[in-house]
Amino acid sequence: MRLVVWSILLLLAAGVNAGIEARDFSSPEQRERYLHFTAELRCPKCQNQNLADSNAPIAEDLREQLYRLLQEGQSDQQIVDFMVSRYGEYVLYKPRIEPRTWLLWGGPVLMFVGGLLAVGTLVRRARQRTSALADLSDEESTRLKQLLDQDCP
Amino acid sequence: MARLRLFLPLLVFAALALLFWRGLSLDPNYMPSALENRPLPAFSAPTLEGPVISDAELRGKPALLNVWATWCPSCAAEHAYLNALARKGVLIYGLNYKDNAEAAGRWIAEKGNPYVANILDPAGLIGIDLGVTGAPETYVVDAAGVIQLRHQGPVDERVWRTVIEPALAGLSAGSLR
Repeated sequence: MRLVVWSILLLLAAGVNAGIEARDFSSPEQRERYLHFTAELRCPKCQNQNLADSNAPIAEDLREQLYRLLQEGQSDQQIVDFMVSRYGEYVLYKPRIEPRTWLLWGGPVLMFVGGLLAVGTLVRRARQRTSALADLSDEESTRLKQLLDQDCP
Repeated sequence: MARLRLFLPLLVFAALALLFWRGLSLDPNYMPSALENRPLPAFSAPTLEGPVISDAELRGKPALLNVWATWCPSCAAEHAYLNALARKGVLIYGLNYKDNAEAAGRWIAEKGNPYVANILDPAGLIGIDLGVTGAPETYVVDAAGVIQLRHQGPVDERVWRTVIEPALAGLSAGSLR
C-alpha cells in the first residue's frame, strides 16, 4: 500500500518539474511582478490560457520578453503597452477602462440597478393591491367573504 | 398598452435570438492584428540570400509578408500556392521565423522560391514586434509600408480570393489615383 502511494506521488512530482524555466530575479518584488504579469496576460495563441500556464512557443517567448522588460526596469504601464501594441487588447485578461469598455465594466452595475428597480416596482404594486383590500368597507368585506365561501356548482 | 405587453415575450425572444445568432456566427479564433493600419515595425536583419534587409526596403510596392518555418506543416501545405502567386507576379517577402538558415535553404531549394527575399528571424524577435503568434501568417503591406491586413493560417485559393486579393486590389486601385 505504502509503495503504491509513494509511486503515485513520484509520478505526480515528475509532471510538476516539466516546463519550468529557471529565472534569476534581482528582488522578491520583481519576482512578484513577473508572477503577476504571467497570470494577468493572456497567451495570444491560446483561447483561454495565461502566459504562466501555456506552453505554446509564443507564450515562452513572451515570458522571455516579460523577464527582459522587468530586468530593464520598465514600469507596469510600459510592459502592458509593449504587449498591447503588438498583440492587441486580447492579451489583457482585465480590459482597460475606456469608452469602448464602459458597457463591459458598467453592465453588471446597470443590470443590478435594473433588477432592483424591477423588484421595487413589483413590491410596490403588491403592496398597493393588499392596501386596496384593506380599504374595503364592512359591507364589501362581508360580500367578499360570501363570494369566497360560495361552493362552486 | 396591455396588448403591447402581450408581445413582450416575443420581443425578448427575438432580441435574444438575434444576439445568439450573431454570437454563434462569430469565429472565436479570429484575432485582428494590433498592427493593422500601422507601419511595419523597424527591423534590420540578414536574409537567407545574404544581404541585410531593413523595413524600408519593403516599401514602394504593395507586397505580402509571409511568416514561415520549416517546422511548420501548414507552411509546407501553402508553399505550392505561394509559388503559383509569385508566378502571377505577386511580390512576396518571407520572414523565416524561429528557424535555422540551413534548413530554410534546403527547403527553398527543394520546394521552389516564391520569395523576393527571406528575412531571417531565428529568435522570433521581429515576429514579436509584428505580433506574430505562430506560423504561417501572411501580412498585406501597402506601398507606404503600412500593414493593411493579417491572415493567420495557410493561404490557399479560397483565402486568396476572399481575403488577400481584395485587400491587394484595393491598394493598387488606391495607388493609381
